[in-house]
Amino acid sequence: MVRFAVVVFPGTNCDFETERAIRNAGGKAERVWYKANLKDFDGVVLPGGFSYADYLRAGAIAARQEIMEEVKEFAREGRPVLGICNGFQVLTEAGLLPGALRPNRIPRFLCRWVHLRVEDIQTPFTSLYEPGEVIRMPIAHAEGNYYVDDPSKARVVFQYSDEKGNVTEKANPNGSVLNIAAIASERGNVLGTMPHPERASDRFLGSEDGLRLFRSMVEWAKK
Amino acid sequence: MRWKVTVIVRLKEGLNDPEGRVIGNALRNLGYAVENLRVPKYFEFELESEEPEREVEEMCRRLLANPLVHNYEYSIEPVS
Repeated sequence: MVRFAVVVFPGTNCDFETERAIRNAGGKAERVWYKANLKDFDGVVLPGGFSYADYLRAGAIAARQEIMEEVKEFAREGRPVLGICNGFQVLTEAGLLPGALRPNRIPRFLCRWVHLRVEDIQTPFTSLYEPGEVIRMPIAHAEGNYYVDDPSKARVVFQYSDEKGNVTEKANPNGSVLNIAAIASERGNVLGTMPHPERASDRFLGSEDGLRLFRSMVEWAKK
Repeated sequence: MRWKVTVIVRLKEGLNDPEGRVIGNALRNLGYAVENLRVPKYFEFELESEEPEREVEEMCRRLLANPLVHNYEYSIEPVS
C-alpha cells in the first residue's frame, strides 16, 4: 500500500484530518515530525495550520527547514507533493511552486465554503474530476491572495467561481490573480491548494468533493 | 567584530498593501489627509561577523524578504 508522510511543523493543526482523509481514500498515512526523514514514503503532504505562528510571512520559516530539501528531492523525482493552505504557502516560499500568497485583499481571516471550478484534470491530484466541474470546499486563511508576476507561469488547477462555474470578481474571496485557488508545478506532481480538501472528505462534513483529490493522488502513487 | 544591523523590507511599488490600506483609512477617519500608507517590516539585530555586508544581503535574500514581492534595504554600524 502506498504510504504518505503528513509533515507536522510547530503550529501545524490539520494533520489528523489530512491523515484520516488519505486513509479514507485508500492510502496509508503517517504524521511525521519535521525532524524526521522521509525516505520510506511514496508521497508527502504538507497540511494546513500556522507553522511558526505565521511569523515573518505565512510558511516562510517552515520553508527553510532541512526537511524541505527532502521534499524538493521528492518533487524532482516526480513523486507527489501536496500542500494544503499553510502547506501551499510553504511550497511557494520554498520555490517549489511559482508565486506568493499575500494577505487577503480585505485583511482578515476568511473561513467559509467556496465553489471552485476544476481547470486541469491532467494532474495526479485531479484525475478523478471532470473538466469544468464545480466543486465545494472550505477555505480558512488570512494569506491566500495568490500573486504571480507572470500568470502564464502558474498551472491553474482550481479557480474560485460561483455555483454555476462562472469565474467572477464577486466569487474571488481573497483577491487572488485570475481567481486562482490551486496551482500545480509544470510536471503536475506538486500541487498547492488554499481550499481544504480534507475538510470536504466525508458526507458528515458537508461535502465529499475533496476526497477525490486524495483518491486521485493515491491511485496515481500506486502506479 | 560586532555590528548593529537594521533591515527594512518593503512591498514592491504597485503591490496592494491591505494592512496599510486599512490603517490609512483609519487615520483618514480620524481626520488626517493620509494617502498611500504602507507598512514595511523593520528588523534590528546584532551580528558577529567578518563579512557583515555579504551575510546581511544573504539573510535578506534567503529569509527576511520574498524577492518576488519585496524590496529591502539595510544599514550596518559597528557596535561601540
